[in-house]
Amino acid sequence: MTQPSLWHVLQPKWRTTLQRLREERDRGGHRKLIVLTIVGALFWLGVFGVLYKILKYFRGVEELGPLLAGKLLGLVLLSFISILILSNVITALSSFFLAKDLDLLVSAPVDWLRLYLAKLGETLLHSSWMVALMAVPILAAYGVIYQGGLLFIPYAALAIVPMLVLPAVVGSAITLVLVNLFPARRTRDLLSIVALGAAGGVILLFRIIRPEQLARPEGFRNLLDFITVLRTPTSPFLPSEWATKAIMGYLRHGFDPLPLLLLWTTAAGFITLGALLHRELYAQGFTKAQEGAERFIRGAFWRWTIGRLLRPLPVAKREFVLKDIRLFFRDTTQWSQLILLAVLVVVYLFNIKALPLFSGEQVPFFYVTLVSFLNLGLSGFVLASIAARFIFPAVSLEGRQMWLLRSSPLDLRALLWSKYWVGTIPLLVLALLLTGLTNVLLKVSPFMMVVSLTTIFALTLAIAALALGFGALYPQFETENAAQIPTSFGGLVFMMATIALLAAVILCLAGPVYAYLRAANAGEPVRIDALTIAAFTAAAAICTAATVIPLRLGLKKMESFEF
Amino acid sequence: MIRLENITKHYGSFVAVDDVSLHVPRGVLYGFLGPNGAGKTTTLRMIAGILRPTQGRVLLGGDDVHTDPLAAKMRLGFIPDRPFVYDKLTGAEFLRFVAGLYGQEGDAVERRIAELLEVFELTSWKDELVEAYSHGMRQKLIISSALIHRPECIVVDEPMVGLDPKAARLLKDIFRQFVGKGGTVLMSTHTLEVAEAMCDRIAIIQHGRIVASGTVADLRHQHQAGDASLEELFLKLTGGAHVRELAEVLGRGDAP
Repeated sequence: MTQPSLWHVLQPKWRTTLQRLREERDRGGHRKLIVLTIVGALFWLGVFGVLYKILKYFRGVEELGPLLAGKLLGLVLLSFISILILSNVITALSSFFLAKDLDLLVSAPVDWLRLYLAKLGETLLHSSWMVALMAVPILAAYGVIYQGGLLFIPYAALAIVPMLVLPAVVGSAITLVLVNLFPARRTRDLLSIVALGAAGGVILLFRIIRPEQLARPEGFRNLLDFITVLRTPTSPFLPSEWATKAIMGYLRHGFDPLPLLLLWTTAAGFITLGALLHRELYAQGFTKAQEGAERFIRGAFWRWTIGRLLRPLPVAKREFVLKDIRLFFRDTTQWSQLILLAVLVVVYLFNIKALPLFSGEQVPFFYVTLVSFLNLGLSGFVLASIAARFIFPAVSLEGRQMWLLRSSPLDLRALLWSKYWVGTIPLLVLALLLTGLTNVLLKVSPFMMVVSLTTIFALTLAIAALALGFGALYPQFETENAAQIPTSFGGLVFMMATIALLAAVILCLAGPVYAYLRAANAGEPVRIDALTIAAFTAAAAICTAATVIPLRLGLKKMESFEF
Repeated sequence: MIRLENITKHYGSFVAVDDVSLHVPRGVLYGFLGPNGAGKTTTLRMIAGILRPTQGRVLLGGDDVHTDPLAAKMRLGFIPDRPFVYDKLTGAEFLRFVAGLYGQEGDAVERRIAELLEVFELTSWKDELVEAYSHGMRQKLIISSALIHRPECIVVDEPMVGLDPKAARLLKDIFRQFVGKGGTVLMSTHTLEVAEAMCDRIAIIQHGRIVASGTVADLRHQHQAGDASLEELFLKLTGGAHVRELAEVLGRGDAP
C-alpha cells in the first residue's frame, strides 16, 4: 500500500496549531501579539546590542580580534548544543513514547521510518525553536560587524540547521535506549532529576572556578600562550566547531564548502543510524512505555507532620493544603526544580561574597548600602522567577479536577487561600534568608537591615499574590507538564507586572535611603520626617494593592471558569 | 428534590440547552436520555454547579445552586462521565480529601472509606497511586467519592462506561437501594435497557429541549407506541429511525 506522506502523519499537530492561532485571533489576541512582539524585539535588540559592542571592540584588536570573535561564537554554539541535547532527550520521551497520538499512529499501517521521521521532526521543533530564535540576533551581529551581506542569511541558516538536527537525533537515540532499560514513566522521573542536577552542577562549577579571573592578562605567561589557547579548537569533533568554522570562514575569507559538507553529511549519517536504531528498539521500548509506575504509598508523613500543625484550620482547607504538598513532592518534574533553585541561591550568595567591596582596607559605607538596597530588586526578581515556576501554575494544575472542586461545597476563596499560603510561606522563608544572609555578608547597618527585611517581606506577599492572580487570569488547563506553564503568555505578563512592582517600590524607597546615607555621611542622626513617612506609606500601599487586587481578580475569574 | 426552572445555556451563538424545566422528586431514579450532543452533559454540569446557566435557575432541595452554592452542594454527589482524579494521590487519600471538602473527618470518615473501598473491591489498591488505576477502577473511585458524604441526591453522567459487569450490577443495586431509602438519582445514560429496567421516570432531550418525559408507560401512551420498547420509542422521538442500514455501511468492506 502507499504510505501516507510525512505531512499527512503530522497533520493533527499542525492543524491543531493553526486552530489555536485562529482561536487566539478570534479572542482578540492582537494585544497579546503586540506585547509578545515588543518583548521579543526588545530582547533581540538587547542581545544584538551587547554582542555588537563586544564584536566591534574585538574588531579593533589586531590579530587577536577575529580569533576572539571565533572563540566566542564557538563557545556560544557549544553551549547551544549542550542545552539542545538535554532538551531533546526530555522532549523525545514525550513525543516518541508518551504522546496521545501514538496509540493511533502505532496501530495504523504507518511504516517505522515515517513514524521515526515524523516524531524526530516534532522533537526537533519543540526542543530547538527557542535556541533557533536566540541564534538570530547573535548571527545578525556577526553578519553586520563582518559585513556578511544578504547572502550571509541563507548561509548561516545552512550552517545552523544541521547543528540543530544532530542533537535531536542524538537526544532521541539516548531516550530510546533509556526507555528500553527503564519504563518510560520512570525514565521521565529519572531524566528530570539527572537533567536538572546536571544543569545545576554545571552552573555551580562554572561559577566556583571564577571565570572572571581567567580574563586577567597576568594569568598567561606571554601573548603567544594566549594566542595558542585561542587557536586551539574548543572541541574539534563537535558540530558546533564545524558551524563556527563555516560561519567565521565565510565572514573572513569567503565561501568554504568543507565545514558545511561535514555538517550536512554527518547529519544525514546520524539520521540513518538513528532510524536503524529506531527500527531495532522502538517496538520493544514502546511496549515498555505502556507500563505504569506501580508504587505503593503507605507513609502518612504529611498527615502526621503538616496535618497536625494545621489542626486549627477547617478540615477543607487543611485537606487542600495537604493535597497540594503531597502532589508537589510526588511529582518528580516539580520537586526536582528545587535542585536548580538551591544552586541558584548558592550562586547568588557566592556572587555577593565575591563582590570586590572588601578588597580595600576600609569598606566604603556608601557602596555597601547601595548594593544592599539594589539587592532588594535582584532578590525580588529571583523570587518572581521562583513564583513563576511554583505558584503561577497552581490554578492551571487543578484544571482537569475542577469538576470535583466546583461540584463540592468548597468555597473558592478557601481554595485560593490554600494555594496562596502553600506557595507564599516557603517563598517568604527563602526571601528573608536570602536578604538576611546577603546583608550579613555585606555587613550593612541595622537601619538597612530593617528596611530591606520589611520591604522584602511585603514584596514577597505581593509577588506570590501576583503569581497566583495572573495564573488564574491566564490559566493553561490543557498543559500536562507544569514546567511549560510559566513560559506561556500569562507568565510573561506576570513577570512584567512584577518588574513594574519592584521598580515602583524601589523608586519609593530611594528617597529615604538617600536621606539616610547623607545623614550617616555627615555624622548626623537619622531623621524621620513627613517625606520619609510618605515614601514608606506609598511603598506599603503599592505592596498591599499588588497583593489584594490580583487575588480578587483571580477569584472573580475562577468563579467564571466553565468546564 | 432537583428542580430545573427554564434553564438555558448558550456557548457563543450555539444554544446547548434551551429553556429546560424538570422536576425530580425525592425517592425517584430519573433517567435522562438523548442522542450525542443533545445537551445532557451540559444540563448535568449546570445542576452540579460547574457551569452557570445563561438563564433560569437550578434548585437542590430548595437551595439555588448559584446563589446559595454551599448549602445546595452539600446535598449533592456528582459523578462525571470522564474520571479525572489526582494521579499522584492514593485511592484512600483521594477519598479523605473529598470528605474534607464536605467538612467531614475523623474515625467516621475512615470507616466510611474502608466500607466504600470494600464494596467496590478497591481495598487492596487503597495505598496505590491513582495513576496506576484502570479506567474502570477510577470510575469506581469517583463513585465512592460521590457517596462518601452520604448525599441526598446523586447526579450521574454515563455511570456504566468502563465498569465490568459485576461493578455495573453493583452500581444498579446501590442506586436502587439509595432511592429506596428516600434518595434521589438523576442519571444520563445511552444504555436504554438499563434505563428501562432501572428508572422510575425518564426525560428525553434533543437539540437542547426536552421532547418527552414521564414513566415508560406514559411515553408509550403519549406517543401511541403500543408496547414498543424504550429503544424503539427513543429512535422514534429522536429521529434515529432514519439512520442508514447497518449492512449498507458495513458492506463497503466486502468490495473485492
